[in-house]
This record gives sequence, C-alpha cells and structure tokens, in this order.
Amino acid sequence: MSGLIHRLMTRGRGLVVAVPYVWLLLFFLVPFLIILYISFSEAVIAQPPFTPLAELVRDEDFGTTKLQILLNLSNYQRMFEDDLYILAYLNSVKIALITTLACLLIGYPMAYAIAKAPPSRRGTLMMLVILPFWTSFLIRIYAWIGILKGNGLISNFLQWAGITAEPFEILYSDWAVYIGMTYVYLPFMVLPLYATLEKLDPALLEAAADLGSRPFRAFLQVTLPLSLPGIVAGSLLVFIPSVGEFVTPELLGGPDTLMIGRVLWNEFFANRDWPVASAVAVALLLFLVIPIMVFQHVQGRQMEEAR
Amino acid sequence: MASQPIRKPTRLEPWQDPGQTPYVRIDRVTKRFGDFVAVDEVSLSIHRGEFFALLGGSGSGKTTLLRMLAGFETPSDGKIYIDGVDMTGIPPYERPVNMMFQSYALFPHMTVEQNVAFGLKQDRVPKPEIRDRVAEMLNLVQLGQFAKRKPHQLSGGQRQRVALARSLVKRPKLLLLDEPLGALDRRLREQTQFELVNIQERLGITFIVVTHDQEEAMTMSSRIAVMNHGKIAQVGTPSEVYEYPNSRFVSEFIGSVNLFEGIVAEEQSDHVLIRSEEAGCDLYINHGVMVPPGTRVAVAIRPEKITLAKEAPAAADGRNLARGLVREIAYLGDMSIYLVQLAGGKTVRVTAPNVTRRTEMPITWEDEVYLSWQPFAGVVLTQ
Repeated sequence: MSGLIHRLMTRGRGLVVAVPYVWLLLFFLVPFLIILYISFSEAVIAQPPFTPLAELVRDEDFGTTKLQILLNLSNYQRMFEDDLYILAYLNSVKIALITTLACLLIGYPMAYAIAKAPPSRRGTLMMLVILPFWTSFLIRIYAWIGILKGNGLISNFLQWAGITAEPFEILYSDWAVYIGMTYVYLPFMVLPLYATLEKLDPALLEAAADLGSRPFRAFLQVTLPLSLPGIVAGSLLVFIPSVGEFVTPELLGGPDTLMIGRVLWNEFFANRDWPVASAVAVALLLFLVIPIMVFQHVQGRQMEEAR
Repeated sequence: MASQPIRKPTRLEPWQDPGQTPYVRIDRVTKRFGDFVAVDEVSLSIHRGEFFALLGGSGSGKTTLLRMLAGFETPSDGKIYIDGVDMTGIPPYERPVNMMFQSYALFPHMTVEQNVAFGLKQDRVPKPEIRDRVAEMLNLVQLGQFAKRKPHQLSGGQRQRVALARSLVKRPKLLLLDEPLGALDRRLREQTQFELVNIQERLGITFIVVTHDQEEAMTMSSRIAVMNHGKIAQVGTPSEVYEYPNSRFVSEFIGSVNLFEGIVAEEQSDHVLIRSEEAGCDLYINHGVMVPPGTRVAVAIRPEKITLAKEAPAAADGRNLARGLVREIAYLGDMSIYLVQLAGGKTVRVTAPNVTRRTEMPITWEDEVYLSWQPFAGVVLTQ
C-alpha cells in the first residue's frame, strides 16, 4: 500500500517536472529547429518560400532512388560578406548597452527608494512600477510619438519656455529609441533590484555606521556589492530582449537606426527571403546565449551562497 | 540560581564613590514611537570598566535604550553623555562606541578577516597596522585559522566571536552588546560567558549588555539595571537585586520567590512583625521598613532560604513557621524542588540541596512538613 502511494507520488512529481520541459520542447525547441532547418535552405518563389533540404532523387540510369541532403551555407556566408548584418549586430549591441545603462542609472535609485519606503507603502509603489504593463505596449509607444514629435509635448514646452525657437524634434532618431527602450524595459530592471535590496538586512548598514562608515561609503562597501546579483539579473533582463528589439526602433527610430530586429523583419516580410532571415535569427540566438549563460552562472553561485 | 557568580567580588565599586564622574550618563531619557513610550524618563550612571547589564523582558525598552547609546535612535527627550560629551546630534559613525549586534550583522560578502578589518579601514589606518590588529583580535577570539572563511561557512559560536572581534578591533572605550549570547546553545553560552568576562577584564573596556536572561546578567555583570515597561525597576549588584529586590516585579523576575501577603502588625527600628493569613503564621523580619502598622505589604522569601523538616524545630515560637503537605518533588540531582501546599491553600516553593543520597528519601510525597526560615530571610515589599 505504502509502496503504491510512493510510486504515485514519484510519478506525480515527474509529471509536474515534465510540464515545463514539454512546454519548452513544443514552443521553444521545435520552432528553433524549424528556423535552423530553413536557414540551410534556398529562397524560392513558391509556397513555402524555401527549398526542402532533403529530396528523394530517382536516378534513371541505374534505376535507383537516393536521399539527397543539400545544406546551403550561403545564408551564413552572406552575413559575413555584407556589412549590413555585422553593422546591425554591433548597433543593436550598442543600443542595448546604452538602454541597459540608462535603466540601471534610473532603476537603481527607484528600487532603492522603494526598498527603503515604509513597508505599508512599498506595495503601492511596486504597483506603480508594474502599472504600465496593464496598457498595451503599442499604445504606450504611440504615446511617446505624441510626446517626442516636432509639435509634441516636449517641443511645445521648450518653445513656450523660450529655449528654442524652432520645433524641436527628437522623434525618428537614436535618442528617441533610447528613451523609448529605457521606458519599456525599466520595470525589468527595477523588479530584480528591488528584490535584492529589500532582502538586505538593515542591521548591516547599522553595523557599517557603527564601525565608522559614513552613509555613502557604507552604500559603496555594503549595499552595492550585496545588490550585485540584482544588478546582473536586471541588466541581463534588459539587455537580452533589447538586442533583438524590433517595435520600438521601428516606430520611434529614424531610417538609419539600424537594428538586427529590423533587418530580420525586412528579410522575412519585405524580401520574403526566409532562409537569410532564419540564418540571422540563429546567429542572434547564438550571440545571446552567452549572456544567458553568464546569468545562469551568477544565479547558481548565488543560490549556493544563500544555502 | 544553579551557577555561582563567576565575577570575583571586586573592591572597586566606582558607583559608591561620589567623587567619580560616570563614564556614561543617561539623563531623563524618554523615547516615544507614536503613542508608545518605549523608554520612560530613564536616568543611569555607568562607570568606566563596568560590566553593566540591562535586564528585562521583551518590550521593556532595554534594546531601545542601547540603540540610543549607539546612535541608531534619537531620544525624544533627555540627553546622553559619553565621557562627558553630549551625544545629541552625533551620528553613530562619529561615536566612540562600538556595538555587537544580536544577529551579529556580519557582512556576508566579506571574509572573517575583512569583516574585522572593516572598522579600521573606515579610519584609514595604515595597511600593515590593520593586518597586525586584525590578527591580534582573531587570536584573542581563537579564530586565527578561519581568517579566510566567509560568515556562511562558520558555526553560530564562531560567528559570535567574529562579531565580538569586529566590535573590539577599534579599541572602543564602550562596547554595547545586544543579547550577545542569545543565539548560542546552552553549553556554549556558559562557556562564552566566562570568555566575555575575561576579555572585558583584560581590555578594561566598559561593557553595557542587553539581556533577557537573568542568569546571564547575574553571572557576568558588575551591576544590573532591571527594566520594566520602559522604566528602571531597580539598579544594583547581582546580589543586591537578588537578595534585596525593591518590588514584586524584581523579586519575581530574578530567580523564583514566594510572596506572602500580610498586614504590618508591629513596626520597630530593629524588626517588623507581619500578620499573614496566607502563610498561616506571623512573619518576623529583623529590620525596619518605615511603614505604619496596618499597611498591606508582601513578604518575599527565596525558596532556598526555607528549611523543610518533618518535626517542628526546637525553640519554635510560632513565628516564621508554617505547616503544609508536600505535593510535588522535582529532583534535579544537586538539589530538589519541593512544592508544599499550606493549610490556607497557598503553594510554597522550597529548594534544598540533596546532602544525603536520594534513595534514603528523607521527605516524600504527601508528607506533612514544617517550613521555617530565619528572621533575615524575608524582604518586605511595599510596591
């Protein structure tokens, strides 16, 4: 009897563990394999717009059938030959880094202030950070167009204040992209930072003060190093999706705001060159795996220390 | 009290000397949190080299008082002077005081060595000197070989010693200790009590320790301030507060006690006679109490000061002599605790050393016994 319960329990546990694996398999690994498959094919004007990799070929001379697998490497080759792709990658990394830095500089004081607020007020403040998620992402970006455009809020204000005479247009520039992306990804920085700062034992800062450390030095020597896991987690949560970001640069950026997400979109939908687009996507993924692995490593070490 | 005071009876009692200026002077300090009064007009003088205990239950205000000395809380009223200097407005990092935290508050991202060096680094002490002083401190607390470990790799007792070393390394004149032994198990606690007293005597630092453990306060400190509801109930040496408690609260908080209600029948300068229905006899005490006859008072008698006998003691005059039935016996090895029910229904606690082997059972359950005590045993409590 107890053996049966034990077997059911272990099976139940197995099922629970299996659910995320099945999810990842179906919605992550299978689509990735399809993309990987397409990236080795050739573009054709057909439905679907790429050639199959494997074909059964009938050899009439000998009367035999062969399975012919053709791997087209030119899609990957093209990414090294045409600087468009390399430039787009580099620019994406640059924009993602600046976005991450801006989020960190704005998000750290926010998270710190929320963590130091009286416990009764923390919930409300966190709510305010998460509140924008309740509105559609697109609507929020369109709202920024209204703020940043030539006759928008900022420009009108500057003219009214007499700082500029001409309409001041930020929209359709890299600056607009930085502002929009920092705005969009800020909560992803604030949430993990808040989680680590809130756990920080206030007695540690008292101990630092007691040992003669002024508040700012105590911050540098105690708070900052102990919030490092939150900084790493928040930075990666902002950096990774920023690199592949498409919508914000498309709507706020200028025509010369080159990002890999836009290149990807153009290849898929404008050029209908699925194989090249897939190769770009695979390269992007491999490129992003490195920071993800750093993230995992840091988290693992942190879990070990928290034991 | 199972353990004897480990502090040697010291001839040096600076608080007795009116010419001595106290090192720490707490002058009518009050701390309010909203409507709640945590510390209520407390005044205390603590002298150089003392091992001073603030003893009280939770919510008695002892920790708040300590935190005001460290500078983490500011008094709502009153002033604190350390070495003659008014501490009002002086932040913690500028006070000549160090604190050992109840949770130890060790920096988890630093090694033992870095934790201990932290305070010296803040004062920009030269590197070679930091190294020497940290090594010296780690030797003092016997943690030399753990210098490179992180706090999470240490046991509770080792962490406690790191916290002590870190708070001593700056050679403070005054060390504040918040429940320093609270997180240790019993055996380790007793051993660490000795160590703390030894270190304190060797370095000659003034210690102020907050504790809820009366035994800890009794064994370590030169003087104890018993706190209750934000007020000081009594200040005195361990034997003073034990033998001469000034209130019911103190007598019950420190050790165990039997309290007999009664009415003063006779009041002279050399003795007092109290009529007590609860005790079933007159209580004769050989000192005056300065209260008029007819006043209701309580008499506190410690369990170890009562003698149990099966026969009525010779020369008994009916005073300080009660009769009852033995209801419970707790055998503790070195001594036994007897709960004796008097004729009036009151249960009296008596402790007696087991001078004979237990197998002989001089007094056993349901025996009728006589309880007697000396004229000096009782303390009259008017509060």
